[in-house]
Amino acid sequence: MVIGLGHYLFVAAVLFTLGILGIFLNRKNVIVILMCVELMLLAVNINLVAFSVFQGNVVGQVFAMLVLTVAAAEAAIGLAILVVYFRNRGTIEVEDINAMKG
Amino acid sequence: MILQALAFYVFAFVVMASAAMVVVSRNPVYSVLFLILAFFNAAALFVLIGAEFIAMILVIVYVGAVAVLFLFVVMMLDINLTELREGFLKYLPVGALIGLVLLAEILLGLGVIGGGTTSLTGLDKATPQVIAIDNTRAIGRVLYTQYFYLFQVAGLVLLVAMIGAIVLTLRTRPGVRRQRVSEQLYRPKGDAVTVVKVPTRGGV
Repeated sequence: MVIGLGHYLFVAAVLFTLGILGIFLNRKNVIVILMCVELMLLAVNINLVAFSVFQGNVVGQVFAMLVLTVAAAEAAIGLAILVVYFRNRGTIEVEDINAMKG
Repeated sequence: MILQALAFYVFAFVVMASAAMVVVSRNPVYSVLFLILAFFNAAALFVLIGAEFIAMILVIVYVGAVAVLFLFVVMMLDINLTELREGFLKYLPVGALIGLVLLAEILLGLGVIGGGTTSLTGLDKATPQVIAIDNTRAIGRVLYTQYFYLFQVAGLVLLVAMIGAIVLTLRTRPGVRRQRVSEQLYRPKGDAVTVVKVPTRGGV
């Protein structure tokens, strides 16, 4: 019944997969896509912290903190872009975002 | 020990279940709330493993800032919910296929690592704390010395994100009259006041 590294890695793998799945399923709602990106970053953080603790090296937790910083910045910028986009177009559907014809 | 294992299973189950609910729930508000639940339980997992500082940072940053930001935006945007749900089933097969393949690959990779030369089995127990030093102190000792520049750069990233978000969402509406204090203060006296010599009984 000892909880090992593998348990944490399994949880992180499932979370990451759910994030990918969410990006595929919610093809219309940009907000949910952003949330799924946050979920994937959380999975990465779980991996980093689990390896850090089980290897007895604290650097992984420092890196997890930096990932957290970038995640917060990304959420702020993404939501700002979303608000501006909604103000201009009145919708947030992914398929309508084609102004740049990419 | 068995209590710890039980707690791990409970928290891990709630994390995974609420992550699934984030993906499938109909209303984006519910999605945000389940995201908050997932973050709380991930923080509990971190506490369980002995990384208290990251756990508290997770609660403060994610639940306190990011999730609330999401909640504000979801409630601010007046979006049509039923329209956004269209195509959910259309993309389900391909999404599920890709997800399953990815999960299988990750788990296979874990299994290969576990059975291979670089085995995870040596890491199966949390390393005993050699020096009695708490987690926060250990992180601080590394963060403020060895990774000091990285720490500063993280602050810079946040600053740039803040300025970017403000610049993106700031708008000046045309036709709105607002007080311009600096212009008022810097107006020369000659523009505002004229001294007129008024003759007695004559008027201006």
